Amino acid sequence: MIQFDNVNKRYPGGHEALSGVSFHIQSGEMAFLTGHSGAGKSSLLKLIALIERSSRGQVFIDGQNLSRLKSRHIPYLRRKIGIVFQSHSLLLDRTVFDNVALPLIIAGYHPSEVGRRVRAALDKVGLLNRDKAYPITLSGGEQQRVGIARAVVNRPPLLLADEPTGNLDPELSKEIMGLFEEFNRVGVSVLIATHDHDLISRLDHRLLTLSGGRLTHDGRTTELAVSA
Amino acid sequence: MKRSARKSRTRPIKPEARGKSQKPRGRINAYFTHHLWVLVSSLGQLWRTPLSTLMTAAVIGIALALPAGLHVLLSNVQQLSSGWEGSAQVSLFIKQDVSEKHIQSLANTLRDWDGVTEVHYISREQALAEFRELSGFGDALDSLTENPLPAVLVLQPTLAQAEPASMSRLLERLRQLDAVDQAQLDMEWVRRLNGIIDVGKRSALLLGTLLALAILLVVGNTIRLTIYARREEIIITKLIGATNAFIRRPFLYTGFWYGLMGAVTAWLLVSGFLGLLRTPVSQLSFLYDSQFRLGGLDFITSLFLLLSGVLLGLAGSWLAVGRHLQAIEPT
Repeated sequence: MIQFDNVNKRYPGGHEALSGVSFHIQSGEMAFLTGHSGAGKSSLLKLIALIERSSRGQVFIDGQNLSRLKSRHIPYLRRKIGIVFQSHSLLLDRTVFDNVALPLIIAGYHPSEVGRRVRAALDKVGLLNRDKAYPITLSGGEQQRVGIARAVVNRPPLLLADEPTGNLDPELSKEIMGLFEEFNRVGVSVLIATHDHDLISRLDHRLLTLSGGRLTHDGRTTELAVSA
Repeated sequence: MKRSARKSRTRPIKPEARGKSQKPRGRINAYFTHHLWVLVSSLGQLWRTPLSTLMTAAVIGIALALPAGLHVLLSNVQQLSSGWEGSAQVSLFIKQDVSEKHIQSLANTLRDWDGVTEVHYISREQALAEFRELSGFGDALDSLTENPLPAVLVLQPTLAQAEPASMSRLLERLRQLDAVDQAQLDMEWVRRLNGIIDVGKRSALLLGTLLALAILLVVGNTIRLTIYARREEIIITKLIGATNAFIRRPFLYTGFWYGLMGAVTAWLLVSGFLGLLRTPVSQLSFLYDSQFRLGGLDFITSLFLLLSGVLLGLAGSWLAVGRHLQAIEPT
């Protein structure tokens, strides 16, 4: 699903965010990406969503070579990727329902289909009764769950999350991670960038560790519990 | 792994290829539904800031009303003067040595000409009497031993002759007659007036072009500010997979609404002004024994006004969107 082939990312000004990164995440796999701030986690996610392009090496998503993808095809790639942000990134002047419906409207779904799918996604994250609320009236955890509902509403094969539990307390964080695991269980590939070792050490998934822009370790999250 | 009650009662969401389950007809339907939705929601956005929307519409309205109002007024003057042109007369000044009998037979010949409806003979004596009465130079005329005035044949051309080209052909033919000293079109000034009106119309067109440019800038700038105010939203929708066309759409419809509202404002302004002018103009034309009534905005002009407003609104927003949307990319 995600394949990095000796990928370098150098920003204008000379800062090298990623160097020689290679890994392969299979379809249906769930993996965590960890490392200190500035280790290159965000840069790596940006390359996957084509917010940035690699300076050297190749990135494949779902078999598609991103370095050959023309700009006008980027929107269609992004529709295959559900992205969950650290800050929820909801549109504050629209209701929860409208926020979750946005990816479907962008993809041109029929209104009746939109309603059905939005309700299914909101039900999934347990916010079916808040569909008419505005994001500002929701708690941090609820806002994050709306963000997740929006990311999965058009059933993308790949789910990316950048510090999805960054602003949440441990109890809520556990709940959010549970949601991701559930999506993974029905076949969605999931890649989550996080530095919450406490939380992920209690789960059993693949763990990629970045340090200074290099992939220094490729193992299991359970190893964290041992070393801790 | 433990699952909470809330999670377990829900259906799993499976990944699937987007839209494959939908029939093509449903997608086209959805496309139009979406356009309609954007059309209405962009109006809703404008409605939420009524004051700034009204001000923008008013600026566009005034800019459109100026050339449109000028055009309508000039058209009215032209219509009025074309009525006078129909009553244009040609005066034939007959040479002094031509006999009265000859003039009478010439008048009869001219009555049979194409393009002439009526010929009126004014003898030298009549001309002198008329001049004496009107000019007030009676005493001076008494001191003359001889009547200095020529006999005159006044021709009334048909309406078809009112057109400048055929009128000058008629004049040319009349000038070649032996008995005729001079042939003069009495309504020369009508043509001059028409010339002035043409200058006015051209000025209205140039003014209109300049103001159209101003409208483009006003709409473009307004849309530019809207784009920057909604920068966050644009970035988020781009990350969710929106195409440039999708992001452009609400701004283009906003431009459309500005243009339409501006055009309607202009229509109301021009109609209102013409309404205010109608009574004094009627009173004035009554003083001149005329049935002239000030004409309003006709259907074609109104349609043109609406169309140009809408097109300018769309073009203005297109310019702004083309320049500024590309610059907003997620980082």
